[in-house]
Amino acid sequence: MENLKPSYIKTFEKDDIALEAKDLSVLYGGTVQKLFDASLQFKRNTITALIGASGSGKSTFLRSLNRMNDKVATVNGEIIFHDLNVNKNNINVYELRKNIGMVFQKPNPFPKSIRENITYALKAHGQTNKKELDKIVEESLRAAALWDEVKDTLDKSALALSGGQQQRLCIARALAVQPEILLLDEPASALDPVSTSKLEDTLKQLRSKYTMIMVTHNMQQASRISDYTAFFHLGHVIEYNTTAEIFTNPKGELTEDYIQGSFG
Amino acid sequence: MNAKRSDKLATIIIYIFVAIVVLILAGILGNILITGVPHLSWHFLTSEASSYQAGGGVRDQLFNSIYLLILTTIISFPIALGSAIYLSEYAKDNWVTSLIRTTIEILSSLPSIVVGLFGYLLFVVQFGFGFSIISGALALTFFNLPILTSNIEQAISGVPEQQREAGLALGLSNWKTIRGIVLPAALPGILTGLILSAGRIFGEAAALIYTAGQSGSTVNYTDWNPFSPTSPLNVMRPAETLAVHIWKVNTEGIISDATIVSAATSALLVIVVIIFNLGARYLGNKLYQKLTAAK
Amino acid sequence: MNKKTDDLKQVVDQAIAEQKVPHVKLNKLGPTSVDIERLTQPSKETRQEYWGKGLTYCAIGLIIILVVSIIGFVGAHGLSTFFTDHVNVFHFLFSTDWDPSDGKNHVGAAAMIVTSFSVTLLSALVATPFAIAVALFMTEYTSKKGANFLQSVMELLVGIPSVVYGFLGLTIIVPVIRNLFGGTGFGILSATLVLFVMVLPTITSLTVDALKAVPKQFRQASAALGATHWQTIYKVVLRVATPRILTAVIFGMARAFGEALAVQMVIGNAVLMPYNLISPSATLTSQLTSQMGNTVMGTLPNNALWSLALLLLIMSLVFNFLVRLVGKKGQK
Repeated sequence: MENLKPSYIKTFEKDDIALEAKDLSVLYGGTVQKLFDASLQFKRNTITALIGASGSGKSTFLRSLNRMNDKVATVNGEIIFHDLNVNKNNINVYELRKNIGMVFQKPNPFPKSIRENITYALKAHGQTNKKELDKIVEESLRAAALWDEVKDTLDKSALALSGGQQQRLCIARALAVQPEILLLDEPASALDPVSTSKLEDTLKQLRSKYTMIMVTHNMQQASRISDYTAFFHLGHVIEYNTTAEIFTNPKGELTEDYIQGSFG
Repeated sequence: MNAKRSDKLATIIIYIFVAIVVLILAGILGNILITGVPHLSWHFLTSEASSYQAGGGVRDQLFNSIYLLILTTIISFPIALGSAIYLSEYAKDNWVTSLIRTTIEILSSLPSIVVGLFGYLLFVVQFGFGFSIISGALALTFFNLPILTSNIEQAISGVPEQQREAGLALGLSNWKTIRGIVLPAALPGILTGLILSAGRIFGEAAALIYTAGQSGSTVNYTDWNPFSPTSPLNVMRPAETLAVHIWKVNTEGIISDATIVSAATSALLVIVVIIFNLGARYLGNKLYQKLTAAK
Repeated sequence: MNKKTDDLKQVVDQAIAEQKVPHVKLNKLGPTSVDIERLTQPSKETRQEYWGKGLTYCAIGLIIILVVSIIGFVGAHGLSTFFTDHVNVFHFLFSTDWDPSDGKNHVGAAAMIVTSFSVTLLSALVATPFAIAVALFMTEYTSKKGANFLQSVMELLVGIPSVVYGFLGLTIIVPVIRNLFGGTGFGILSATLVLFVMVLPTITSLTVDALKAVPKQFRQASAALGATHWQTIYKVVLRVATPRILTAVIFGMARAFGEALAVQMVIGNAVLMPYNLISPSATLTSQLTSQMGNTVMGTLPNNALWSLALLLLIMSLVFNFLVRLVGKKGQK
């Protein structure tokens, strides 16, 4: 039996924490446990990478943070957001998700125009002023570094965009709702290298305003853009530290093995 | 017999069987269209049916069939849509859901004559609607619901899960996500299902003979007030449809040109059903292209 | 080892150095201050969800109520023959004496039961080889184009209304049989032929699904062993697909058993035990169709008809059950 005890978990000053998970456990179908007592603090305006092999529970963890796992799994433990445990039944998950946005592995634009992709949720949330909407469309597309490429084709179908453009549109769409935290589930895994590097530039720029938590399989990517890195193994958080420390000076044996193996 | 020869023999037999099936269909269609279409005159479509002599038309039956089709679709579509959304989006994977699915399967496997007799019992007798369009439309709704529901459910389930996640992650409610994102994406499939079910409704007779009745009342086509007893829109009047008309003239055999009337009516029914089938396919493809392809 | 760690350190240092790109200023767009209050309050979305979910529950509830009341109503009326009019159940099932207006000792449905089962079994028996042949042709022998063509053929066959089938049976099949075999031409044989065409598309399309569900590897493995195309089909594909083909046949039988008008038009409608395939007789459905309008609600002749309807309903439940049973067996 491997030792799955955490080797090091970084903590932050209370004022710096944007989101905190306390003893988060996830059960699928009432029997299969995918995550065991994961506790992590996420610092404001940083990018945190969640790394680990397939099935290590990192995606499960990420999806639990804005309650996207509610339908399929039981999530126990606390998720602290602005001093409030949001992993409770009385929490309005729709409001929560407006504050904690998410971008998925596969680009999933709606089969609507580029503009509607961004305005659809805003309209649903009550924003009807057309001028205001136009402004948000432009700014969110600029923020996602997509504006220059699509500004003349805003009313064309979003499905006509390339994979990389679609993914940046999805980021723009998430930003338009003005969340505080952005969860990214392997956002670049379906993209080619050029699109990936554009996407990474976008994320790096967004750091000044958003707190981002990103699952990635790609170690180079984690080291390129993240400030902190958490290593997951078989549903346990093994180590959490600054990215530099994790990659160059891992404390745990498991972490070291994984990093060595992945960089190869 | 060696393997090669039996292989050849099997191939030949299969080809023969397939040829027979194709010939049967060709024979059926050919027979209906060749005997029926020559009698499909404007006069036939626009004159009243005759109860005992030759030369009658199917004006009222045609109107009744279309009216019943529209009413039935209006009643059954929302229920089927709601049920389909429930099954694909809200139903949990447990025994209650499987019980509900069994219930729907039972309804879809019930003979339409039984459904019609139930409609007779409930609406015609119990509620005192009598033989009427509304009784017929409700019976047809029962007959239509299970298949329409499962068609719509299939269309909705075909929308990728990522689309739902995208909506939810933006803070939309499940309902808003379904209505604004999932349903539009499922529209081609839903429409195809709806049109195909329209074809079934149009040709159904067994569920109608004891609900909408086997005779028509005097209809005045200049009176469009739905509450007037002679108005074509009055839902309380008895109404014989095209399909029921074929059945009646053949089983009662009073009019002398029963065969001609039936052949022409059959041709009419089959042509309408073919149009529905082709229309469903065409519209489905067209919408699908419009939704997915780049403009 | 040490060298490797050094290399790694270099790579990571470089990567982190590259991170320090000047941050491009984002305009106004940015996180709004979080209103914690709203996280615990119901919002527009909560209400939407409440109403939307409610609507779908109502819709599904309606269907359930409907099915329960169909079973309840038909059951109540069908059973009153036995409880109110005291007809003996065994007499009902096994006697061929059907003349309910003469009293409770003349309510024997055996002739109709036998005829119903006969036409069902015979039509399925005739249709199944054709259905399997067409399905094999569509999945194993032809290109996509040919399969699409046959698919359209089947869709058209499904689309033709049952009264049209009845009319064709009446004007084509009945006279042909009359000329070939004598008699009136009405009877089980005519009904079987009409039903054969009607259940063919049902059995075919489900058989196509069954054949398509057989994994490709099986076919390839068999072909690699040197089996001929037919050997592969006969020994592998059909064997694997058997449970689902059986399900297809049961579905077809359910359709044949419940078909009313087409059968009623060609069966002859005489409640007699069929002594051969060309003697006029009556099925449960045909008797219901032709007699329901001639009886008075609440009287024994009417209740007896409702018992026939109940029998139909029970049989459709049985077919449903059989499909499940075979399906479960197939999974094991």
